[in-house]
Amino acid sequence: MALENRIPEGQLAQKWQNYKNHQKLVNPANKRKLDVIVVGSGLAGGAAAASLGELGFNVKCFAYQDSPRRAHSIAAQGGINAAKNYQNDGDSVFRLFYDTVKGGDYRAREANVYRLAEVSNSIIDQCVAQGVPFARDYGGLLDNRSFGGAQVSRTFYAKGQTGQQLLLGAYSALSRQIGKGTVKMFTRTEMMDIVVIDGKCRGIVSRNLVTGEIEAHFGHAVVIATGGYGNVYFLSTNAMGSNGSAAWKAYKKGAYFANPCYVQIHPTCIPVHGEFQSKLTLMSESLRNDGRIWAPKRKEDAEAIRAGKLKPENIADEDRDFYLERRYPAFGNLVPRDVASRAAKERCDAGYGVESGEAVYLDFKYAIERLGRDVVEARYGNLFQMYEKITDQNPYETPMMIYPAIHYTMGGIWVDYELQTTIPGLFAAGEANFSDHGANRLGASALMQGLADGYFVLPYTLQNYLAGELHTPRMNVAEGEFAKVVGDVNAHVAKLMNVKGKKSVDYFHKKLGKVMWEKVGMARNEAGLKEAIEEIVAIRKEFWADVRIPGSANEMNTELEKANRVADFLELGELMARDALIREESCGGHFREEHQTEEGEAKRDDANFAYVGAWEYKGENAEPELHKEPLVFEECKLVQRNYK
Amino acid sequence: MSEKQSLNLTLKVWRQKSPKDKGQFETYSVSNISPDSSFLEMMDVLNEQLITEGKEPVAFDHDCREGICGMCSLYINGHAHGPDEDVTTCQLHMRKFKTGDTITIEPWRSAGFPVIKDLIVDRRAFDKIMAVGGFVSVNTGGVPDGNAIPISKAAADEAMDAASCIGCGACVASCKNGSAMLFVSAKVSQLALLPQGRIEAARRAKNMVAKMDELGFGNCTNTAACEAQCPKNVSIANIARLNREFLCAKLKD
Amino acid sequence: MANLFCSSIGKKLIMSISGLFLILFLLFHMSMNVVALISESGYNAICEFLGANWYALAATMVLAAGAVFHMVYAFVLFFNNRKARGSDAYAVTARPKHVEWASQNMLVLGITIGAFLILHLYHFWAKMQLVELQHMMGMHVSEEAMALATDGVHWIRHTFTSPINTILYVIALVAIWFHLTHGFWSALQTLGWNNLKWIKRWQTVSNVVATIICLGFAAVVVVYYIVSIM
Repeated sequence: MALENRIPEGQLAQKWQNYKNHQKLVNPANKRKLDVIVVGSGLAGGAAAASLGELGFNVKCFAYQDSPRRAHSIAAQGGINAAKNYQNDGDSVFRLFYDTVKGGDYRAREANVYRLAEVSNSIIDQCVAQGVPFARDYGGLLDNRSFGGAQVSRTFYAKGQTGQQLLLGAYSALSRQIGKGTVKMFTRTEMMDIVVIDGKCRGIVSRNLVTGEIEAHFGHAVVIATGGYGNVYFLSTNAMGSNGSAAWKAYKKGAYFANPCYVQIHPTCIPVHGEFQSKLTLMSESLRNDGRIWAPKRKEDAEAIRAGKLKPENIADEDRDFYLERRYPAFGNLVPRDVASRAAKERCDAGYGVESGEAVYLDFKYAIERLGRDVVEARYGNLFQMYEKITDQNPYETPMMIYPAIHYTMGGIWVDYELQTTIPGLFAAGEANFSDHGANRLGASALMQGLADGYFVLPYTLQNYLAGELHTPRMNVAEGEFAKVVGDVNAHVAKLMNVKGKKSVDYFHKKLGKVMWEKVGMARNEAGLKEAIEEIVAIRKEFWADVRIPGSANEMNTELEKANRVADFLELGELMARDALIREESCGGHFREEHQTEEGEAKRDDANFAYVGAWEYKGENAEPELHKEPLVFEECKLVQRNYK
Repeated sequence: MSEKQSLNLTLKVWRQKSPKDKGQFETYSVSNISPDSSFLEMMDVLNEQLITEGKEPVAFDHDCREGICGMCSLYINGHAHGPDEDVTTCQLHMRKFKTGDTITIEPWRSAGFPVIKDLIVDRRAFDKIMAVGGFVSVNTGGVPDGNAIPISKAAADEAMDAASCIGCGACVASCKNGSAMLFVSAKVSQLALLPQGRIEAARRAKNMVAKMDELGFGNCTNTAACEAQCPKNVSIANIARLNREFLCAKLKD
Repeated sequence: MANLFCSSIGKKLIMSISGLFLILFLLFHMSMNVVALISESGYNAICEFLGANWYALAATMVLAAGAVFHMVYAFVLFFNNRKARGSDAYAVTARPKHVEWASQNMLVLGITIGAFLILHLYHFWAKMQLVELQHMMGMHVSEEAMALATDGVHWIRHTFTSPINTILYVIALVAIWFHLTHGFWSALQTLGWNNLKWIKRWQTVSNVVATIICLGFAAVVVVYYIVSIM
């Protein structure tokens, strides 16, 4: 099947307006006859479910947690971008669009990104109207801060809890619809598969995580807004339950999976402390506004620190290597995330790392000297407190230790301009799709994309599809394809339960994570990727022969939940490695050691790789097929990113 | 951070198979726990041990493990979220304990939060309260510019402090009256402080309090245990505001 | 207004208003008692003024109603709250830092004060206003009793010559002190007359008010007892 991206006609700046002017609509009386299933209740899913409910559609929303408010969008700290230009510093929709395409290393679709930049302003207005308490200046107007990869201040924030506040805004809008009865919420319910009938997506099959019941649900359309798959690495900044299963099940039913190898590694996370570490904690990128990143200049200093004989605060300024400022004088500590992460890895690999050898410093000494402790505390107090609670070190007195960690996945289900997947009736939104960030996402853009998709894109594009479904009656989920998929899911669960091996799910997850981090992580090469594929296949085999899930399937069973997700990660990891292997270039979060400049910077190959790599599932024992969607750049000039 | 003594602990954990099961404490021991581990990582070690022994692991709620999703909910040695201040269970670290300690781990206990399994409770009552008024009645689109209504920094900051509630339920769990007033007041306060939410403040306060009462939560007797155990430091000053909003609204009826 | 008093906050409003009213009464009662230290005849004049007159009786009725409401609602709320807490108790409980002991033991303190109130009514009211009332209603009252009915100072002396009474009264005053330190600001909090800044201030005012009231009462008790043994 050829990939049709359905980008509307017209000039870039007019495309979205043109689309809206000509799309099909559903009249109010018909809306309530149409059912929409939204899987996921984070920024994208929650906002979509609320907005579709407001329009009058009959919405069913699913979340694996006990409440929509728990979705992992809540953990975003820093902020949300918008092209308001409230600061009069030269920002515009075009500039936000341009920065995003450039930041994504020219691997995103121009039309999608332009639309994102265009609706960004409406998002801020919407959130303010919902009562989101954004930070304000003394004059009562909204405040902004700057973020990596941009030369303007366009980031709106609510303390260090912007994601939380935006999610609670969407959650409150969703709650209002739940109260009105337009949205029915299914909490502690996990999507297990989608149901495709005559080529169209018609619903899902879910597992009730409290009772273990497998149930089918009909929908005229289904939206997958289940976030990213960063947990394939075991250690990441994602929530423990974040998973790629919904996207993966869709892939196995025919939706293409795009750019799986594009993974964002966030430069400022708290380093790993030991083998029982369960997850990594991010320290907001906003810290890079005032903190200076360094590693010891002399190897013997680094060794002395690692041995506990020297304290970082005792190293003189001239013995500190502010390597980001040294290598990238124009952007300094505010280079994009992928650049900052690789630079940290370069220092640590060269033997200048501290703590376990995998950490560098983020120092606020200079900010405290320049601004005073009070100002630093007002800006970052809650982050400092969080750091101290975790590490037992006081960042006002000793520099913070940071190291890159898996944070976000730019890849995801392939969608067209309407956010529709290759299965008609199945849509994907937020981090679950691949659309807007190319090979690298800029800070404060994830919240923007999730809400853009949920509030301002899906309510239009979904309607365009649903207008053609008015004559599709609600289907009986007890029979036909629905019953068959329920049977398949039951069989899958039984298969997992019946392995009755000896090792825990975490054992396999950790093993997979290690392979992924070492060979499909921050730097990749051909040999490593080939090994990774073999190793993942072997771990998968071992998993299906030796995993142990205590308890039964007919009750709450947290190990079964994990096993189901890890089983999918064990397949997804392989696809990521395959994608990384064929992409013989370095771009954004994907760095192939074979393709770098002499100075060690990423080297893109626009002639051969300016495309979206979308993978089609071909069956359990067949290799997936790669489809290429060429990326056409009309407005952006493809240049090597330069932050020097 | 290196070379700290690892911990050997005795755990008394509440085990309950299902909502109807009676439940009882089981005693386990774990050893070689790093003081730099988080409390939940210690629970992971226990579960790994139980699985290896062929037993069912302890079910407990957790998700983001960075103190913001509000999912984790353990009552540890008589404190909601454990003995440290201003943290959720997932941010509690083992350095707060000594080797040889016995740690008692219980689920949130309140009539409003029935136990589902082991340490997991059902907190959907909070969502039900939210659904009757925890919002500003605006639809997507057609709203004024974000800077159209200036809001004083003081009001915005105070609203933010109230809005930092993560809905974990520690307030209910630690209240001797099983009252949900801190949770409800945080939302009512946040929205009452902002001009956008002020418009329907009276309706919101009445509806949310009525729902809270209907769901069987208790009355606030101002002990401030909720505030002391709140991982986000939400102040009981919000409860005063809720009382004021509610009483004024009722007096106008 | 409809069904205000069915709501949780409405019930608390009753506690709050009746409580504040009782605090006002205590302030008045204490001020009156202190007069006994300054001028015994002055004190007895007040007692006479507050005998079985229509205004004093009306005030007594209102006061009694306030006390009854306060007590009845205390129990109503207590049982509501017990139900809300659920049937499963925690195996381990600990009082978090910054939580006043008094705030968690208001009912116990209240019951202690209630019990003391019975004793106190027996010691004074039953010998004074009640006697006048009985007389007014035509019941037989001895002349001696009638003569003593307005002699408050006599009854103070009479009561506090006993060390047991003195100790019981001091214990009760301690209970009242605890009850008031929490009760006063708590009542204002329930009325919604509080905010971030004022919480600490009201708590301080609470402690001051409670201390003034209890010291005033205690002064009379202790001084009369000491005089009696000298």
